[in-house]
Amino acid sequence: MTRSAQRPEVAAITGVGETPYSRGASERSSLALQLEAGLRAVRDAGLEPGEIDGILPMASGSALAEDFVQNFGIRDLRLSATVPMGGASAVASLQLACAAIEAGICRHVLLVTGRDGRGGNIGERLRLMPQFRTVAEFETPSGAFAPVQLYAPMARRHMELYGTRSEDLAHIAVTMRRHAMGNANAIMQKPMTIADHQSSRLISEPFRLFDCSLESSGAAAVVVSASEAAADGPHTPVTILAVAEGHPDSPSTITQRGELLQLGLAKAAPRAFAAAGVSHKDIDVAQIYDCFTYIVLCQLEDLGFCAKGEGAAFVRDGRIGLGGALPVNTHGGLLSQAHMVGMNHIVELARQLRGDGGDNQVRDARIGLVTGYGDLGDGAVAILRRGE
Amino acid sequence: MHFPATVDTQGYWDGLACGELRVQCCSRCGTWRHYPRPMCPSCHSFDHEWRPLSGEGTVHSWTVTHQSPLEGFAEAVPFTLVTVDMAEGVRVLGLLRGLEQTSSLRIGLPVRAGVEQVPGGSRQPVFRPR
Repeated sequence: MTRSAQRPEVAAITGVGETPYSRGASERSSLALQLEAGLRAVRDAGLEPGEIDGILPMASGSALAEDFVQNFGIRDLRLSATVPMGGASAVASLQLACAAIEAGICRHVLLVTGRDGRGGNIGERLRLMPQFRTVAEFETPSGAFAPVQLYAPMARRHMELYGTRSEDLAHIAVTMRRHAMGNANAIMQKPMTIADHQSSRLISEPFRLFDCSLESSGAAAVVVSASEAAADGPHTPVTILAVAEGHPDSPSTITQRGELLQLGLAKAAPRAFAAAGVSHKDIDVAQIYDCFTYIVLCQLEDLGFCAKGEGAAFVRDGRIGLGGALPVNTHGGLLSQAHMVGMNHIVELARQLRGDGGDNQVRDARIGLVTGYGDLGDGAVAILRRGE
Repeated sequence: MHFPATVDTQGYWDGLACGELRVQCCSRCGTWRHYPRPMCPSCHSFDHEWRPLSGEGTVHSWTVTHQSPLEGFAEAVPFTLVTVDMAEGVRVLGLLRGLEQTSSLRIGLPVRAGVEQVPGGSRQPVFRPR
């Protein structure tokens, strides 16, 4: 193979949009919220809704491309697809958008998700998804039901093998909360201390309440455009240097996974860094999928920012906070901004690289990274750069 | 509320109904596999037997659950779920019973699998220290 690992730059994020986020059920439908976020993203890209020619809705939002055709008045939609990777779907959809653009199928692709806070809690929703059927058939009858229970044995094993403590996970929760307090569109605005985390109630050990992300309502969307079209937009384009997805061994059940501490991201990350032609020290800011605190720690290891087992040291001493070695989740994340299935992580990274990060702007942020983590260990990572 | 068994998984449920923890073993290459699936991941044969496990295992990891929305389990909290490395090389997840102190739980703790009624009302693999 003579081709360089580095991939050509074919697409950029040209538009981002979010609704206000809230807890509990919204009085608006999930579809109406997603149309609003989608419209904001389209306008942000300087486009008319009818110019969108590819729609990638997230399964969790249960909106269809057809809904956007009808409401946006799209005359010639060329791509409709949904990537079934749970919380990794948004970042993995960036890969599909880039592929469709590189193949000449699409010019402007809309990625969108949203939720209205109805339809049951996360455990109830997951049981209806085909990728959870193995867990539902064989593990739920023994009492294993919610993600917090399914992921807890990964965190417990990390603690036993490497001495990671609940207090280390607390640093992640506290940092996300501090970042949320600098973001007007973050749900959680009350300060959190390590002691607050340590006194929050146990859900499924080692996870406490403050290790868990929020249930929230709202919607988020991004527009990915062909590079040659991106230059026409009103904002600095955010070039997609590389995207990769990775699937863990034993993807349908964590129980049977040979190495409990390795996520699909560990396979995707070396491919993404090679394709982007950048190294870890080039990353100015990172948005890391944070459905649970431990998932952030594990991904930092699987990304290669530190070795397996060193995640606890990596997240201590303000290293992942603003002003630290690697600011993480500058919007507050799923833990303290809102659970928008990681689309809010892409929105925030694009804003940071445009210089629109507000009070939480990372100074001179030029290259950033965003991950998704989904279902039972699926992973995806994108590396983005300011400008064409 | 149980997900329905399929023609590919029925042998496992038939085993539990008889009080046995049965797992698929490839008829061609002898590889054990779990959870049930149609094909051997080693040799791609569809042919298999449902064989009882010895029951011997060691704890790989665990969690103690303090809140559950599941019928039966909601009232049974806190309960301990263990992920167990079985002697045959597959893993089994189940409730842990009979351990006085959860603080003595550790990786490598020897346990034995049985089939017992659990709070949800069905018969499932359950582990006890050995």
